Amino acid sequence: MKFLFDSDTWQEIYGSIRKNKVRTGITIIGVLWGIFLLVVLLGAARGLENSFNKAFGNFATNSVFVWTQSTDTPFKGFQKGRRFRLNMKDIQVLKSEYADQIKLLAPRNQTMNLIIKDFKSGSFKVSGDFPVLDQIQKKKLIYGRFLNQNDINSSAKVTVISEDIYKQLFEKDKMPIGESIKINNINYKVIGVYEPSNTIDFDGDTAYIPFSTFKKVYNTANNIDWMMITANEGIDIEQMESDVLLTLKNLHKVHPEDERAFGSVNLGKEIAKFTGFLTGMQFLTWFVGIATLIAGVFAIGNILLITVKERTKEIGIRRALGATPKSIRQQIILESVFLTTVAGMIGIILGATVLKIIDTLFGQGVDATLVNPTVNIPIILTAFTTLVILGTLIGLIPAHMATIVKPIEALREE
Amino acid sequence: MIRIEKLHKSYPIGKDSLHVLKGIDLHIKEGEFVSIMGSSGSGKSTLLNIVGLLDIHDEGDYYLNGQLIKDLNEKKAAILRNKFLGFVFQSFNLISYKTALENVALPLYYKGMNRKERLKVAMDYLDKVGLKDWASHLPSELSGGQKQRVAIARALVTNPKVVLADEPTGALDTTTTDSVMDLLKDINDEGMTVFVITHEEEVAEQTKRIVRLRDGVIISDTLTKAAKAL
Repeated sequence: MKFLFDSDTWQEIYGSIRKNKVRTGITIIGVLWGIFLLVVLLGAARGLENSFNKAFGNFATNSVFVWTQSTDTPFKGFQKGRRFRLNMKDIQVLKSEYADQIKLLAPRNQTMNLIIKDFKSGSFKVSGDFPVLDQIQKKKLIYGRFLNQNDINSSAKVTVISEDIYKQLFEKDKMPIGESIKINNINYKVIGVYEPSNTIDFDGDTAYIPFSTFKKVYNTANNIDWMMITANEGIDIEQMESDVLLTLKNLHKVHPEDERAFGSVNLGKEIAKFTGFLTGMQFLTWFVGIATLIAGVFAIGNILLITVKERTKEIGIRRALGATPKSIRQQIILESVFLTTVAGMIGIILGATVLKIIDTLFGQGVDATLVNPTVNIPIILTAFTTLVILGTLIGLIPAHMATIVKPIEALREE
Repeated sequence: MIRIEKLHKSYPIGKDSLHVLKGIDLHIKEGEFVSIMGSSGSGKSTLLNIVGLLDIHDEGDYYLNGQLIKDLNEKKAAILRNKFLGFVFQSFNLISYKTALENVALPLYYKGMNRKERLKVAMDYLDKVGLKDWASHLPSELSGGQKQRVAIARALVTNPKVVLADEPTGALDTTTTDSVMDLLKDINDEGMTVFVITHEEEVAEQTKRIVRLRDGVIISDTLTKAAKAL
C-alpha cells in the first residue's frame, strides 16, 4: 500500500491525466452523471415521501369515514333507490358493539351558512361537532380553545372559526375572542381561531359549533350527516370498515350486499396505496441510478482500455526502463480508481447542490411539493464505496491488457 | 560482461517457423565498444532484444554480468534491465508528455529513488550530454540530435553495465550522427560497455569491434582501425 502515499505515484497519474484531458473529462462525466442521478433521484423521492408524511402528519391515518347514499338493491319490502340517514342510535350501537376496536368516533353535521360580523359577511361551512374531532383532526389554535364537553352539555352558542374567516370578517388586529358573530342570524361567541391546516383537510374554512347547538338550531333531531371513526392500534382497519358497514346495513334494513347504500373512505387503505407507489418509485430510483452508475464505470473501463492501446508504446518504453508488470498494473488501476473517485465526489457535490436548489424552489412553505429532499449519508457512502470497488475491478481489465503485451512487441508498435 | 553460446531463436510464422539466429557465439568483455552490422533480416535486432532481455532465446546460453539468463519472468527481467542495461532506440522513445529531465529520471523512479534525489542525478546526466539548459523542455521542443542525447542520458542514469543502442543514428543527419557517436565514444572511454546495432559503415567504423551478421550467423568479427590505433 506504500505506493498509494508515494508522491511519485500521483505525479505519474497526474502526468497521464494531464496528457489526456478530453478523454479524462468524458470519462469523468460518465460516472459523474450516474452518481448525480442517483443522488438527485433519491433526494427527490425522499422529498416526496417527506411531503406526503407531512400531509398526513396530523391526521390519524387509521381512519374510516362513513356516510349514506341511496340503496341499489330492494330489501325487506323497500324499493331500491331509498334514501335514509345515519343517526345517533347508530353511533350508540357502534360504540357498544365495537368498544374494543373503535378508538374515536365523531358524528358530524354540516351545512353552509352566511356568517355576519358588523358590516362584513361571507358564506362558510358550519359544522356541528364534538370535542373528539380535535383528536382525529388536530386543530392548531392561534387564539382561544376548541369546543369542550361543557359547550356540548349546555348547547352553548359558541364557535371556533378558521383564520381566514377571522381575517375576512374582523378588522385588522381586532382581538376575536369573546366577540360575537352572526351565523344564520343567531349570535355566537367566538371562543377560538385555528390555523388553516397545511395538510389534508376535509373541512376547509369552517365555523365549528357544538353538536348539540347544531341539532337545536338546524332541527336535525337525531340525524347525522356522516361520521369519522379511528381504530385502536393493531386493529385491521379494513376488516373493521366492512364489519361496521355490515352492522349499519343491518340497522337500516339495507341488503347486506348493497354496494351503494353507504359511502366510505378508508384513509389507511388510500395511504397504503400511496406508500406502495412511493416504494415502487424508490426501487425505480435505485435501479436507474445504479444502472447508470454501472454504465459509467464501464465507460471508464472502456476508455482506459483504449488508452492502454494508445499507450502500448509508452508502456513498452517504461518496461524497457525497468518498470515491472506490477508497477504498470498499479498505475492503471490507480488511475481508474482515482477517476471514479473524483467523478463520484463531483457527482455527489453537484447532486447535493441540485437538491439544495430544489429545496429552495419547491421545498419551502406550507404547500411544498418536496419537503426536505435529502439523501442519507450511509447511502451515499455505500454508493461511493461501490463505485470505488467497481472502478478497481474494471481497471483490472486494461491493467491486464497492458501487461500481457511483451515489451518488445510494445516497442515495435509505431 | 556478455557471453553468448550457441544461441538459437525462431519466430513462428503461421504453421512454419522462421529461424532467425542460428547458433551465435559472442563474448563481449567489460569496456568494449562493439557494433553489430548486418542488413535487415540478418537477425541483429533479434540479437539485441535477447541481449536486452526484451525477448527470450530458444536454445543456447546467455550470461549477463556472469549471471545465467534462464526462465526469467517479467518481473525479474524488469529488475535486471533496470539494474544492468541502458537502452538507446532509433526512434528515441522518449515519453512525450514528460520533460527532458523527467524522461531521464524515469528509470530511477523504477529503481525506487526518491524524487528529489532522482531529479538531481538526472540533471547531472543531462549536463553530461550538454542539455542542462533544455531540462524543462518537452521532447517535441527538441531537435533529433537533442532527443537522442536525452535518450543516452536516460540510458546512463542508472549507471548500467551495458548500454544497448539500436540504430542510434538511424534517424539523424550526418552532423548530429557524429555528435551522438562522439558522445557514445566518450561514454566508452569512461569504461562503459557499449553495444551498437547499425547498418551504416561510417558508424560501425567509429566503434572498436565490428561483428557482422548474415542470415543468423556471424560471418566476421574484427577490430577496427580505431581500436588498433590505441
